[in-house]
Amino acid sequence: MKQAAFERRYQPAWLAFAAQLDALERGKPPPMQADAFPAAYRQICQQLALSEARGYSSHLIEQLQQLALRGHQQFYRHRSPLLGRLLGFVLGGFARSVRAQWRYVLAASLLFYGSLISMGMLVHAFPELVYSLLPADQVAQMERMYDPDASRLGRFAERGSGDDWLMFGYYVMNNIGIAFQTFASGLLFGLGSLFFLLFNGLTIGAVAGHLTEIGYHQPFWSFVIGHGAFELTAITLAGAAGLRLGSALVAPGRLTRGAALRQAAALGIRLVCGAIGLLLIAAFVEAYWSSMTVVSPTTKYVVGALLWLLVASYFAFAGRSRHAAD
Amino acid sequence: METPEGIDLLLRPAGLVPRALAFTLDLVIRAAILLALFIGLGLLGTFGMGLAALLLFLVQWWYMVLFEVLNQGRTPGKQWLGLRVVHDDGTPVGWTSSLTRNLLRFVDMLPFGYFLGALSCLGHPVFKRLGDLAAGTLVIYQEKPQARPELPPAEAQQPPFSLTLDDQRALIGFAERQSSLSAERRLELAAILAEPLRTTREEAETRIHGIARGLLGPQ
Repeated sequence: MKQAAFERRYQPAWLAFAAQLDALERGKPPPMQADAFPAAYRQICQQLALSEARGYSSHLIEQLQQLALRGHQQFYRHRSPLLGRLLGFVLGGFARSVRAQWRYVLAASLLFYGSLISMGMLVHAFPELVYSLLPADQVAQMERMYDPDASRLGRFAERGSGDDWLMFGYYVMNNIGIAFQTFASGLLFGLGSLFFLLFNGLTIGAVAGHLTEIGYHQPFWSFVIGHGAFELTAITLAGAAGLRLGSALVAPGRLTRGAALRQAAALGIRLVCGAIGLLLIAAFVEAYWSSMTVVSPTTKYVVGALLWLLVASYFAFAGRSRHAAD
Repeated sequence: METPEGIDLLLRPAGLVPRALAFTLDLVIRAAILLALFIGLGLLGTFGMGLAALLLFLVQWWYMVLFEVLNQGRTPGKQWLGLRVVHDDGTPVGWTSSLTRNLLRFVDMLPFGYFLGALSCLGHPVFKRLGDLAAGTLVIYQEKPQARPELPPAEAQQPPFSLTLDDQRALIGFAERQSSLSAERRLELAAILAEPLRTTREEAETRIHGIARGLLGPQ
């Protein structure tokens, strides 16, 4: 068949297919029946192969190539209902991926909590050590924030709901930013995640040790215990995902480094998504619950312990059932 | 790239300069959005500032992801420059890969001004930055529909010998491109074929047009 005849014959089908693609790309209901699309797409592919084999002009081939490419992109898109996937992830997928990567989570936890606890104990034993890690004005600021007298004067109680909201926004921005950095810098052979885990562990440990040592433990610990369950876990998970990236580069095993990295990133991003969720909860708890002074510290300790238990049992048990939503 | 249908699709990866331009454009747009937000929400007091902090977070980390996933792999800057993000296999970019490549942007920016990203982009055969490597994505040129050229009017002719596919396409290509070539260049190119087509240098051009017309069939 000559090219001109070929074009005359199929031009209407191409135009209809292009219109269908336009509608699909804009997210509008397509003019053609959806079940007609695969057949139309395969037809285009066949005609493209045919015109290449018959030596038709490159302009025609280019046009068919574009149609085929656009069709390919619509036909093979990875689409599944976002809400359902999100629900499955929250109900068990997240806990399963954390358990599947327990080695990295354990390593990150050891790094983070290890540096936190040892720094806390060191500062408790040698109080002046805190100034070697933190600048003096930052320490003074921390002291003001958790001054038991000030909080008895009702500094927190004076905050209106607008301030709580402001703090919520601030915590979201700040903490999730830190989690993202902890994850991303793992690409530098894991060194970045290592740094952020240790740095945050040391800082928090120093502040905790210092405040306990000068007798501010009541306001400090009752403040942090509630949201700490979510926040510290989230930072650890982001660090674990970062370490996963780094180890894929350092020791890719039987894969090429590129393939190992892609695999590690696909698994790691699940941990990061979960960490985002945890940090949102943490920011909410921190802004609206931890800052409340109406409830007694004892209540806060009890609730805080329950929250820790909740987080621990989520990761221990969620998603284990055979019929878990997927 | 070969598809399951057994045809080869051509993806044209975009290099460093258009991508940097697209990023700059996005940066300007984001800065403008943030400025408008802070001025508008600053009037609302602390509630507005809290909202502004949330939106700052949204714009800073999610601007690229949301646009790439919801707008066929194109942020406004990429759209302007005719670029789009796809998976390595040519399928549209999804939530996880878009999030991965945009979170790892942080590393690409280290130690300053996209140094690592530019380095990786320049060193890679299809110009991937580190985030693209990890997410398995690719920035390609958005294909633009091209106008079909008109063939010059000529009597259909038989070629004097049987043509291979490449010969055919070369002859048709010459006839289709003739309007973009100068008369001297056309003569020069056609003269190369004067001898095998058994014609004179001056006649060669019309002869090729005729053969092309004969190959395509009557209009």
